[in-house]
Amino acid sequence: MLQHKPLLNVEQIRKDFPILQRRVHGKPLVYLDNAATSQKPKQVIDAINFYYKNYNANVHRSIHLLGEEATAKLEEAHQKIADFINAGSYQSIVLTKNATESLNLAAYSLTLNLKKGDEIVLSQMEHHSNLVPWQQLAKQRGLVLKFIKINKNGALDEESIKSTIRKKTEIVSVTHVSNVLGTINDIKKISKITHENDALMAVDGAQAAPHMPVDVQSLDVDFYAFSGHKMLGPTGIGVLYGKKELLEGMRPFLYGGDMIREVTFDNTEFNELPWKFEAGTPNIAGGIGFGAAIDYLNSIGMKNIYKRGKELADYAVERLKEIKGVTIYGPKERGAVVSFNIDKVHPHDVSQILDSEGVAIRAGHHCCMPLMGILGVPATARASFYLYNTEKEIDIFIKAIHKVKTVFGV
Amino acid sequence: MDSTELIYQENILDHYKNPRNFGKIENASVNHHEYNPLCGDKIDMFLIIDKNNKIVDVKFHGSGCAISQASASMLTEQIKGKNIKELKKLTKENILELLGIPISPVRLKCALLSLDTLKNSILIFEKYASNNKSAQ
Repeated sequence: MLQHKPLLNVEQIRKDFPILQRRVHGKPLVYLDNAATSQKPKQVIDAINFYYKNYNANVHRSIHLLGEEATAKLEEAHQKIADFINAGSYQSIVLTKNATESLNLAAYSLTLNLKKGDEIVLSQMEHHSNLVPWQQLAKQRGLVLKFIKINKNGALDEESIKSTIRKKTEIVSVTHVSNVLGTINDIKKISKITHENDALMAVDGAQAAPHMPVDVQSLDVDFYAFSGHKMLGPTGIGVLYGKKELLEGMRPFLYGGDMIREVTFDNTEFNELPWKFEAGTPNIAGGIGFGAAIDYLNSIGMKNIYKRGKELADYAVERLKEIKGVTIYGPKERGAVVSFNIDKVHPHDVSQILDSEGVAIRAGHHCCMPLMGILGVPATARASFYLYNTEKEIDIFIKAIHKVKTVFGV
Repeated sequence: MDSTELIYQENILDHYKNPRNFGKIENASVNHHEYNPLCGDKIDMFLIIDKNNKIVDVKFHGSGCAISQASASMLTEQIKGKNIKELKKLTKENILELLGIPISPVRLKCALLSLDTLKNSILIFEKYASNNKSAQ
């Protein structure tokens, strides 16, 4: 008989995450809020600790051993991230605070030279971080925002993609994976249509980079943003990938130290890539921690992580479907995210009762208020998974859903 | 007792499922709506206030989590027959006492939405009344 070989050694992985030993209200923690932020393995925590204990120094200007060590490690982190998404060069990797800042940087610099009436295309499933920056800059600069519609399955509508992206389009910015619906968008295809219309393609990869192999060159995108904290890294560190020739032509978003080559009282010559976009003392510990997170993800393999995430989400959907009165949102083919509602119970109450069983999920609008309007609900409950989650934890989650139903008598 | 039993006590769930004074009043002295976009909790309050500034009737309409709706239901039970001067003195603590359950900081907004709606209704009523007076 063929033995079912597990995709990854979850028991071994779980040992690397100290927080999974934590008890919540006397129950073992079941952490299913990974789309908000992931937990951190000891390898990442140790790397940050080691930096602060052994070679804490400022980068790029201190002529002493500690400064050199810190600089080397931070530059190495740029290279690791570049390799992780097949960026081609570390010069394409700008480290920011998070995906939100990355998207703000792209939006600010890319809209500077646009004319009144130029069009920017987003989709109806964008997180506020890939909506509000474009929306506010569009207002300031007289640009027109257009939205690719979602169909009833929660995927981007094929016809709407083709009709919305047109010759007047200058920039297209869409999410790779929806943080609410789990929809995986066909970025390669959208990018092709974008480029046929001589527009630039930016992608919010905050929910994709942690969960699947990403190859920015194969996707042929111009910009790609993601956050470290959703992929085992610390908070306060994010990435904007940009094609080198495009980044070279763009104005910086932040000005100050480290991003300059030469300054006079009247003028400044900017530094080379990527430092031109990294003004001020950067988040050195964050960058080093992010590098350690990438090492960890690589040791498991992104293909395995993707398949495992899908396995967990499919299992959760299958179990949720058994429960009467549960509505599940999003397409059949999904990332490691399941949004749902229980009839006659507000998601906040669902989340509160799950918490009493040690189960952490998210309830609310998930920073996607316009999408909630389209779904016709004020909010949803959302369970999201990562490489350390187990089927057993999903069973505990399902049992807690039954408790919600019992408490509310539905 | 676990935290669920502490929060979702029978009376809270009863007020949520069978809200008191639920509905609308056509010719209300004042009607005011408050909304918490973060949660999606909504409360629409209707008050009939007599010439002595006494609440003669109250109804509310809304949707949201158990805490927001139970708090609205319980509050409407308390305010009938009271003078608006008295009601203006109601505090956060009064509402928490009325609910009688532990409210974590993240749920505080849910618990207090009905009080905000009531207080703003009264402010609007008073403004309207004083405008009318000065017009006479």
